[in-house]
Amino acid sequence: MSHVKPVLHLEDIVKTFPGVRALDGVSFSVMPGEVHALMGENGAGKSTLMKVLGGIHQPDGGAIFMGEERVVMSGPLEAKAKGIVFIHQELSLAEELSVAENIYLGELPRKSFGRVDWVTLREKTDAILKKLNVAFNARTRVGDLSIANQQMVEIARALTVDAKAVIFDEPTASLTDAEKVVLFDVIADLQREGVGITYISHRMEEIFKITDRITVLRDGQYQGTLETAETNEEAVTQLMIGRKLDLSRNPSHHELGEIALEVRGLSCGSLYEDVSFHVRSGEVVGFYGLVGAGRTEIAETLFGLRTPSHGTILLEGEDVRLNSPADAIAKGISLVPEDRKGQGLVLGMNCRDNMTLPQVDDLKAGPFVAEGAEISIFDQYRDRLDIRTPGWKQKVGNLSGGNQQKIVIGKWLSMKPSVLIVDEPTRGIDVGSKSEIHKLLRSLAAQGYAVIVISSEMPEVLHVSDRIVAMYSGRVMRTFTSEEVTEDSLIQAISGLGGDKAA
Amino acid sequence: MVTVSRREIGSMLAKQGILIAFALFMIGFTLANAKFLSVDNVFSVVRSSAILGVMALGVTFVVISGNLDLSVGSMMSFSTIVVLDLHDKIGPALAIPAMFAMTLCLGAFIGFLVGYLRLNSLIVTLGMLSAIHGLTLTYSGGQNMDIADKEGTWFSVFGQGAILGVPTPILMFLSLAALLGLVLAKTPFGRKVYAVGGNGTAATFSGIKRARTVFTCYLISAGCVAVAGLIQASRSLGSQNTVGQGLELEVLAAVILGGASLMGGVGTIFKTVIGVLILGFIQNGLLLLGLPFYFQFVVTWIIIILAVWLDIAAKRGKLWSPIA
Repeated sequence: MSHVKPVLHLEDIVKTFPGVRALDGVSFSVMPGEVHALMGENGAGKSTLMKVLGGIHQPDGGAIFMGEERVVMSGPLEAKAKGIVFIHQELSLAEELSVAENIYLGELPRKSFGRVDWVTLREKTDAILKKLNVAFNARTRVGDLSIANQQMVEIARALTVDAKAVIFDEPTASLTDAEKVVLFDVIADLQREGVGITYISHRMEEIFKITDRITVLRDGQYQGTLETAETNEEAVTQLMIGRKLDLSRNPSHHELGEIALEVRGLSCGSLYEDVSFHVRSGEVVGFYGLVGAGRTEIAETLFGLRTPSHGTILLEGEDVRLNSPADAIAKGISLVPEDRKGQGLVLGMNCRDNMTLPQVDDLKAGPFVAEGAEISIFDQYRDRLDIRTPGWKQKVGNLSGGNQQKIVIGKWLSMKPSVLIVDEPTRGIDVGSKSEIHKLLRSLAAQGYAVIVISSEMPEVLHVSDRIVAMYSGRVMRTFTSEEVTEDSLIQAISGLGGDKAA
Repeated sequence: MVTVSRREIGSMLAKQGILIAFALFMIGFTLANAKFLSVDNVFSVVRSSAILGVMALGVTFVVISGNLDLSVGSMMSFSTIVVLDLHDKIGPALAIPAMFAMTLCLGAFIGFLVGYLRLNSLIVTLGMLSAIHGLTLTYSGGQNMDIADKEGTWFSVFGQGAILGVPTPILMFLSLAALLGLVLAKTPFGRKVYAVGGNGTAATFSGIKRARTVFTCYLISAGCVAVAGLIQASRSLGSQNTVGQGLELEVLAAVILGGASLMGGVGTIFKTVIGVLILGFIQNGLLLLGLPFYFQFVVTWIIIILAVWLDIAAKRGKLWSPIA
């Protein structure tokens, strides 16, 4: 047995919330110089465990050890003081301040009379930025950076303290491949310095590329720890979801109906230009491209949130103007938006009310909302989409990400749209719910819906689409059928290479 | 398991805290002064709270929609002066609808600025507080307004009448509360108010017309102010043109005391009624204990701070949580 002590060891952690045992005797430890993946579906308890570690939640049982010493994390500041650094998926930066100020916020170097020592600040910052190999400097205003670069600032922040353990929570969610390489280099550097790294991610290929061990949680319970080198994706997935994952492609094509939606020469300022495509009922059209390629903006235009500067939108052959979401909804277009919590749901409202919100004007008994009709709509879609919630009275904010997304999908299906647009339907959602949602999208098309799926994940687009529209920088580069598409040609098209766009 | 039940007690306290506080106040004051819970005193408290209460009902809609209305006090002065002035000029039967129309126009104007021009509601209504005050003074030429024939008008029925021994202001307050309570809790419009205040972006993405919803909330608020002005004018049949001054804060105190969140999306009419009664009984209780009347302005402030503090503490789970 090795005599190296783990830098961080959580033992038998128990945490209960009203009605839920969120963590049920979970143990987790990180050795110095190790990258240890923490995996599990959404709602499995990963975030709760990290919140216990960060002092945001106090555990109801169990203990936290750092080295030999048992510690109590009274709050985030104490966790930081003890050398535990979190790099969150969601950014917490002051946009109006410079990169240097953000990185050293609260610990700015001082000169006499409390004046900020700008020279030292910039030198220290530039030294860290150099390590990260980024294209901006200490003086850049954070608000001017892309999301990916803001993420790098967040990471730079972690490098300023004498970190013993660093927790990365879905760090690559908004990074490009080139940026990922830099991130993995940074992780390797930290590893060499003996820092223990916890890496939370849903992306298997990353997990297998950089981690040493994998610990899996399911429903708040510890499922086991695997040596990465001795296991494979299938085994991990099985541990996560308790069954085998169906990864086979779905090549089924059903009878396509009439053209439900056609867009001709649509432009919206500098966001996208001269976009043309059509969707038939019974068809899934995938929109694939990099973040910022203009896909979401097209969806927002079709949903009446943006006014196009040129071009026409035809619904079942008829030229329409969509001035507001209410307009779009009335004409049979539904949008499951990109940002589930910000745009999709009223988190403080219960499940039923969220689901029936767009049609609350139509569900009336006299002057009042027909609550019976609402409950039966909720029950119907809860059963159909397998939404797991104690009941309709549950606040949506208390559900897991996958179940929240199903509420949003249920909300729009219950409107019986003719065109359903889903923007990043599985972002931040665990593997199990992901494949459920994919199946759902396919079956919706089979029932005659015209479905548009916007996604940044290639397997997702390949898996669900009948045709794929590849976009680059606001333009449609090429439209593929599912037979002709290959991964290479798709990547080329979305990188602005080799597209055969008719000019 | 112990922790679970303790949590449940905690969340029960946070939810029902206002009713418990109400009960404690009542018991405390009753022990201190036997007169406190006498029928006469209770009636007098509810009656004197009716004007404030009616205004609080409307402001509840505005606050749940995620906005503020600080103009209700000076708008109430406006309604009172207008209806008293028109009473002698065109008769009460026409004066009342005319006053309602003018007050609703003010509400519509505020609703337009906040809902359609998307201006900050704090600034808009704070500005309107001053602007409407100026309007009232200009309208009245700075003079107090009195009805010439105080004995011979049926107009006094709204403020001084009674049905089956219950004063009309109380009846109007409670029936308006019942009506608006149903509107907020049971109608599609009410649902939209919660959605717009809870998450405006999600409401837009659900096809809800936010501007129209916010606009309607300010119309309801102005309508309630008109009713309050009617009761005020009818009760005194003459008035200073500053009669509503400072009421905006008391109204806000009652609404917050009732548990409506200034962040929007949370609150009910029933709880606002409780908030109004608590405020009324506290002020009355302090008078009975011999504190000077003017001290109530300080008390209002203390109540606002305590209510906001306890509300946020219940959410954070602790009383002491400075900005980290």
